[in-house]
Amino acid sequence: MADEIFILIPGRTSKQGCGISEGKFLENYQRETSRLQVASEDMERLGLSEGDKVKVTGEHGQIEIEVFGARPGDLPPGLLFMAYGDLSCQLMGSDTHGTGMPTSKGLDVRLEITHP
Amino acid sequence: MATDIIDATTGANQEGASQEIKIIEDATCTFCGCVCDDITLKVEDNHITEAKRACVLGKAWFLNHAIDDRPSCLIEGQPAALEEGYDRAARILCEARYPLLYGLSDSPCEAQRIAVSIGDWVGANIDSTSSVCHGPSGMAFQSVGEVTATLGEVANRGDLIIFWGANPAESHPRHFTRYSLMPKGLFVPNGRKDRTCVVVDVRKTKTTKTADLFLQIKPRKDFEALWTLRALAQNVELDPDRVEEETGIPLATWQTLMDKMKAARYGVIFFGMGLTMTRGKHCNTEALLGLTRDMNAHTRFIAKPNRGHGNVTGADNVISWRTGYPFGVNHARGYPRFNPGEYTATDTLARREADAGLIIASDPMANFTQAAREHLATIPYIALDPKETPTTRQATVAFTVATYGINTPGTVYRMDDVPIPLRPAFDSPHPSDEQVLREIENRVKKILNIRA
Ligand code: SF4
Repeated sequence: MADEIFILIPGRTSKQGCGISEGKFLENYQRETSRLQVASEDMERLGLSEGDKVKVTGEHGQIEIEVFGARPGDLPPGLLFMAYGDLSCQLMGSDTHGTGMPTSKGLDVRLEITHP
Repeated sequence: MATDIIDATTGANQEGASQEIKIIEDATCTFCGCVCDDITLKVEDNHITEAKRACVLGKAWFLNHAIDDRPSCLIEGQPAALEEGYDRAARILCEARYPLLYGLSDSPCEAQRIAVSIGDWVGANIDSTSSVCHGPSGMAFQSVGEVTATLGEVANRGDLIIFWGANPAESHPRHFTRYSLMPKGLFVPNGRKDRTCVVVDVRKTKTTKTADLFLQIKPRKDFEALWTLRALAQNVELDPDRVEEETGIPLATWQTLMDKMKAARYGVIFFGMGLTMTRGKHCNTEALLGLTRDMNAHTRFIAKPNRGHGNVTGADNVISWRTGYPFGVNHARGYPRFNPGEYTATDTLARREADAGLIIASDPMANFTQAAREHLATIPYIALDPKETPTTRQATVAFTVATYGINTPGTVYRMDDVPIPLRPAFDSPHPSDEQVLREIENRVKKILNIRA
């Protein structure tokens, strides 16, 4: 699995949006931004269950994060999703390619199961 | 519009003391770029207890902004007098050689205007959260132009609504009902029934559930997909195998979409950060704006970015009035220069160039890249925010400010560049962004001997 490349899409969710107003140090925001959504086919194929921890390694950083499965059909295999937050930012590189915007979506990453 | 407070009654709380209940009609929600100005607020004892018509994000915004009992000013984490904070902030900015002024998108235009003045006096780089949101779209506007309209026009005319790389069901929950899909308009009297909704995205989202046609393209292939449509708009012959291989969608489906686009009376493309944050960035939005322009050879078509923060559009407008450019503006030579990638916040921080900061209503310590955050933590900076955030925690001078729209009046720009007034609900003991910035500006001018 460590050699397989996945594409990570960080994005907004309504829970994450509510968490910003409630307080970024509180449970809701922290929880919502610390979970990785994995396609149901990939969960099965990799033998992952909800709550397992994986190491996500990209070109610019590495994080450890809990996984949960997407509803069948919601995410295509090979694609990962997580809510924007501290962890997703740790995977972003600082080269903005002359735009000011770091590449924040569509990041190539590798997965490794750490705590099944 | 109704008056700000239409009803004020007096009740009694548990201790028997009088308790004021206020109803604020037509309050403005500034959580997202929809800037809904039809919210009815119930305020009890300086606490909003009800926000009628607000969506889930709007409710969280209104109901969680009680008065923060933190000190109005902290210097190096210790409570300090506001005057001391203003003095220290002015000194930090005047002593810096390459200061960065960043944020602004959750602050009213009146405060943004003063912030830009400070940036001008001290020769700062001025950047808003646009640079990490729709900044690439701003670059694309400059290179290919923008065929645009207000959301009122969309509500009254739009009969083909395309969402591209955007998920308003989660980021702008009232977008559909107020502006884009549901309203019964002058030329779309049956509302949703008179409109076709198309969603283009790399994954299924809550927004895709509303779509009549959903095209799930391959990740990082927006540019190819948009150019496929540009080719079809001009009747250019394409290789079906190449198109499907590149975009993940059969050519026949793209042709179906193009037929719908040509047949529409008024087409609209709302695009999101799926385009600007993905490899290609401004090239992706350039392709989309170019497609919109091409479509006007066939029918009326417009494009609009779905802007995130409540007054990010105001930040673009104010910085543009004051400097000629919308974000990423450098004043080191005494006149404004624009260069995204050089003067934008992530770049000046990650390259360890900025030596001081003024961070207004934004949270780079939570949202920026690791290298940028690490450098920000090493330089003196001032932060203004109504709440405690990772950025205020590490600031040299942190001001707890009143929340715009809830405690302070002012003007914000909706995502379609329409200015909307704010109707505050209750006072805050903390100063507003505008007050803090004005005090800092006065001191900066004194230090720099500026008389104007
Ligand atoms: S759509 Fe946006 S502006 Fe409107 S109520 Fe919801 S969060 Fe507030």
